[in-house]
Formats: sequence, C-alpha cells, structure tokens
Amino acid sequence: MKGRMQPKQNEAPTRAPTTTVPFYNDPKKRAILFQIATLLMVGLLAFFLISNTLANLEKQSIATGIGFLQKESAFEIGESPIPYSAADTYGRALVVGFLNTLIVSFIGIVITIILGTLIGIARLSSNWLVSRSAAAYIEVLQDIPVLLQLFFWYAFFYNVLPSPRQALNPFMGVFLSNRGLVFAIPEAHPVHKYLVLALAIAGVAIYLMRRWARLRQARTGQPFPVLRVSVALTIGLPLLIWIFGGAPTAMNVPVLKGFNFVGGTNISPEFTALLLGLILYTAAYVAEVVRAGIQSVSKGQTEAAMSLGLRSSLVLNLVVLPQALRVIIPPLTSQMLNLTKNSSLAVAIGYPDFVSVAGTTINQTGQAIEGVALMMIVYLTLSLLTSAFMNWYNKKTALVER
Amino acid sequence: MNAEIERQPEEEIKPPVASVGVIGWIRANLFSSWFNSILTLITLYVLWKTVPPFFRWAVIDSNWFSTAEVCRGSEGACWSIIPANIRFILFGFFPYESQWRPLVAMILLVALLFYSRDRKHWKKSLAYAWVIGLVVMGLLMKGGILGLASVETTQWGGLPLTLMLSVFGLTAAYPLGVILALGRQSKMPAVKTLCIIYIEMIRGVPLITLLFMSSVVFPLFLPEGMTVNVILRAQAAIIMFTAAYIAEVVRGGLQGMSKGQYEAAESMGLNYYQTMRLVILPQALKIVIPPTVSQLISALKDTSLVVIIALYDLLKTTQSVLSDPAWMAFSSEAYIFVALIYFLCCYFMSSYSRRLEKELDTGL
Repeated sequence: MKGRMQPKQNEAPTRAPTTTVPFYNDPKKRAILFQIATLLMVGLLAFFLISNTLANLEKQSIATGIGFLQKESAFEIGESPIPYSAADTYGRALVVGFLNTLIVSFIGIVITIILGTLIGIARLSSNWLVSRSAAAYIEVLQDIPVLLQLFFWYAFFYNVLPSPRQALNPFMGVFLSNRGLVFAIPEAHPVHKYLVLALAIAGVAIYLMRRWARLRQARTGQPFPVLRVSVALTIGLPLLIWIFGGAPTAMNVPVLKGFNFVGGTNISPEFTALLLGLILYTAAYVAEVVRAGIQSVSKGQTEAAMSLGLRSSLVLNLVVLPQALRVIIPPLTSQMLNLTKNSSLAVAIGYPDFVSVAGTTINQTGQAIEGVALMMIVYLTLSLLTSAFMNWYNKKTALVER
Repeated sequence: MNAEIERQPEEEIKPPVASVGVIGWIRANLFSSWFNSILTLITLYVLWKTVPPFFRWAVIDSNWFSTAEVCRGSEGACWSIIPANIRFILFGFFPYESQWRPLVAMILLVALLFYSRDRKHWKKSLAYAWVIGLVVMGLLMKGGILGLASVETTQWGGLPLTLMLSVFGLTAAYPLGVILALGRQSKMPAVKTLCIIYIEMIRGVPLITLLFMSSVVFPLFLPEGMTVNVILRAQAAIIMFTAAYIAEVVRGGLQGMSKGQYEAAESMGLNYYQTMRLVILPQALKIVIPPTVSQLISALKDTSLVVIIALYDLLKTTQSVLSDPAWMAFSSEAYIFVALIYFLCCYFMSSYSRRLEKELDTGL
C-alpha cells in the first residue's frame, strides 16, 4: 500500500504531509474502485449465464437466431385483421399478434379515457348518491386483480349468456350470446369510400380553420365559433356525400341460421371479455387520475377567470382544463401504457395477442430465448415511445417561471 | 350597529324545516338543482334495476350447502360450490390429511401481521418473532421432521401459495427497491447507468414476460444438473418486477428532499450510510407511503399472474374446480368468492396505510 502512494509523494515533495490520504479513504478513488467492482461482478454474472446458455443450447440442439421467422407456422389464429393461414410464416403470425395487441389497446384506451373521465367527474359531483356510487366503483374495481376480472367476464360470456338461439337482443340488430356480440353493419356500398374521404377532408379543413381563427383573433380580437363550425363540418360533409350518393340504407342484419348467426359483424367472446375487463379495471385508475387533476386547480383560478368576465365554457377551456391537463396527462399516459401491458393477459383467455402468439411460437420451435426477447423488445419499444412522448409533452407544458 | 348585534340573539328564528334534518340533507345533496335531480333519479333507477335482482340472486334464491344438481334447478346463486370445494380452493394439491398444517401456518401469519399492525409492538422481539414464525411456517409447509410427512413444493397451492408469493415478494422487493432508488440517485456513473437500465427495462415489459422468462428461459441459464424450484423462480420474477416499481416511487421521495438535509447531515460528519439511514430515508420513505402502498397492492394483485405459468395459486385452484363439469356453470359465484378474498386483503392494506400516514405525520 505504501509503495503505491510513493510516486505521488515523489511528485510533490514540497506539499504539506496532510495530502497522504490512503486510497480507501479518498472518496473519489473509492468510488472508482467500487464501480470497477460492480461492473466486474455484473460482467462475471453475464459471462456465467451466457456461457451456460450456450452450452445448454448446444447440448439440447436448440436452433438459435431468428431464422424461424421465415418458417411455416402451421397453427391457426382465431381472429386476424390481415389475411393469415397456417401456411404462412411465424413472422406473419407474430405480426398478426402484434396487430391484435394494438387493436385491443387502441379501442381500450379510447373507451377507458371516456369512461374514466366520466367516473372521475362523478366522483367529484355534489350529488351524494352519484359521488358515492363512483367511489364504490373505484374502490372495488381497483382491489380485484385484473386477471380475475378477465376470467370473470370470459366465464360470464360462456356460462351466463344464452346460446345464439336464445340470444339477447337489447337493441334492433344487436345480438348478445355466448358466441360473442353480433351486430348489423351497413351493406357494402361504393359511397362508403367517399364518406371516409369526406371525413378526412373535414379533418384537414378543421385544422386549417383553427389556425386561421387563432391568427385572426390575435390580429383583430374577433373570436370565431370554431367548435360549432367543426361539429357542423364533421357531421355535415359526410352527410352531404351520403345524400348525393343515393342515401343507401340497406343493412347487413345478422340472421340466425342453424346454430349461429350469419351476416353482420361478429366480435368474439374472447375479444369482448378482454376489452371489457381491461376497460372497467383501468377506468377506475383513470377516474382517480382525473379527480386528482381537477382538484389540483385551485378555486381561486376559476374565480379569477370569472371575475375577468369569461363565460363558463371559456373558464373551463382557457383556465381550468389547461392547468388540470398538465397534472392529468403524465399519470394518464402511464395508465394507458399499463392497459397495453395488461392486454398481454389475453393469453390466459385465448385471445391471440402478441404474447399469446409468441408463446405458441416458443412451444413449437423451442426457441424460448428469441421468443421472450421478441416479447420484451415489442413492449419496451411501445413504452419507450410513450415516455418519449411524455418527455416532449412535459417540456411543452412545463410551467415557464420567471 | 352595536344595537343591531345585541338584538339578534333574542329572536331565535328556527331554520325552515326544509333546510335541516333529513329533508334538508336530501335537498342539499340529491336535489340541489334540476341537473342533480335528474342525475339522482337516473342513478336510483339504475340501482333499482340492478341491486334488487342481484340481491335476490345472491341471497334470497341462493343455495349454500346443496349439491350441484339442486343448484341447476334453482334460479339463484349457487354458493354451494364454495363449501363443496373449499379445501381444494384453499389448499390445492396439498395432501388431504395434512391440510391442517397450511391452515395453522396461515393463521400464524395472519396473527403475526395483526400483531405487527400496532407501532407500539415494533421492537427487536417482534423481529425475532417474525424469524421464528417464518421458520415454523416453512417447517409446517415442508414437513419432514417431528413426524410430519414431507410435502413437495410442487404440491403447494391455493391461498398459502398466494400469501407466500405476496408476503415474501413485498418484503424482499421493498429493500431491493430502496437500494435501486439510491443507486439511481448515485453520483457514480457506472452504478447509476446499471440501475437506470434495470429499472427502465423491467418497467417497460409486462410481468407476464418476466414470468415466461423465469419458467422457460431461466433453466437454460443454469449449469447442467442445477435446477431451481419453479415457485422460487416465479417468486424471484415477482420480486424483480416489484422492486423496479418501488424504486421509482422511492426516487420520487428522494427527489423531494431538499439539498439542505444532505448538507446538514454532511456538516455533522455523517458518512453516506449514516446520512441515508438517519436523515434522508426516514423522511423520504415517509412522504411516499401512499404511492408505495398502492404499488404493494398492485404487487399483491399481480401474484395472480402465476396462473399463466401453471402454478396452483388461489385463482388456479378455483379454475380447476370450475373445470369439473358438475360445477362448470357456477363460475360467477366462485370468482366472486376469490375476488372477495383479494378485495379484503387490498382494502386492509390501503386502510392501514392511511392510518400509518396519519400516525407518522409530524406536521412538517
């Protein structure tokens, strides 16, 4: 030890002797040593695991690499948004699974936000009955595992709902049975293409109008009824096209033939149970987020805005919401991410999401490492994208202080 | 002005009947405006449509100790599925004649938890009691000595498994999470980077992928001939997962500490370990009690995911009962029973956290 300190003393012999601190008492050197030790340990552990894995793979003659993606999958997938058959490759099967995950997450997120916001507002209602009901909903649904809720709804669809012959018919053209939800859709008609186009044009027009209205208001101070015109555009433009296209009203109504329905559109019990379970569970959390956000805006803000003479809709739009959203959006995003991650529980009730398809792939090819790595990469990418969005949003809305 | 004030108490005008008492309360809380009145009526209608039929199904028409055949002929709930299968639901494949052992172990656990609720009992003796209690519980489950028949861990199941995964998962994940949070706040770049990678990676993936990893990938990591029990592997996955979330919560608390606290501790000559243990952590961990408890509640609920890797926890044993054709149709009743167990556990945890928060509040 002394030998090690020697060179330093030689370099600066004129300095006071107090500089000779042993290296283990020097925080800087100690930190370096500690880090080297940590890295060494992690490295050794990784080396140990990797060498074991390689040895095991070789011994059990498991193929490595992602070559299996090009092989024929030889399994069917219950529902698929793109054409798929057992003759397709594993790669395509995984794409189907990924799309299914995206579909269930996207629909789930949209409905959850609406439902959660309603319940959150109900929780703050001055109406005792409404606010107590919302509180009970939040407390109960948050304290039951989401997997249990999924099982419950799935069993509910299979055991409690009647067979297609006695299907429940709550509205005209909608049938609920243990084969899922069947409802009428409009008969295919060439005008439908143009309806979508009209909607897209309306969207662009609204965007441009908002910009123009903002600029005009900044220049002249005159407000423009953006919301009303937007609603009129969104509804009116497609309606106009529909009427010009001959106003087709034919519906493809599901009809009971034999043991099941023919026609209409069918949503499988797996999908419905998964969606229902995820929505009801996550909405309880979203409601709490919304409640906290609204409560975070102090009453003084509302009063100040009112004393400026703003209408109550403007008070909400210009003063309360921008401040509440700053508090709401970050936890809301993480709830949305939770919903996406929880959609992986689909594997337990047989909906072919990404994890479920990847699980089947692992079983068939035996390539567990690649399969699990794929699952992790997909979800990691989704969550990294979300946090990138979060950072961008936080930067955009952060309080600009003096 | 003075005269006016003096005159007032003389005429004790009672408030109108409609603004006090029951009627007043109803008016203020249910019918304060036309919108509120409509809301109240709609809610009442929905409750009227749902609650009485549910009550009739669950209580009036229900069967409690009948056979499955009697149930099928009845309109109401078939709670009989619970008493008829209670021992399998609660204990899984644990040998039938030895099922008193997990029962005693669970009672011991609940008693210890109950005793530890009071902060007055938090002494060294309590720690010893926990160590002894855990050893006794382990022996009761495992057997093999004192004339108790040995029971393989593959036969463990039901509620004891759920409780074990939760209690060990939570108690091990908490310190690990605190260490990870400290590592993330560390000034050493290597330690900091490792902690960030770990936390962000784990938080980015669903628990189910970690469970898959523990069940299908992990055996490949081990040298030949070495195996780790599947329950232990799942337990490790749950601990790793929960720790990352706890770490983020604790980090929030650490960031809430003002710099003055660190400087004050340093100026008193405390080293890093002492600073953390005596000054920073007691304050930081106290701030984050509510989010920590909600993380722990999530972890408790997440233990149910071991169903997917075919461990027989409470949910899986219930499912197995439901695969029996005789009881197949009564899934709602069985799932409601299990949901009630989970709900009670979570509810006690959250109400305890509210109490602890109040007790530890020093008004700072």
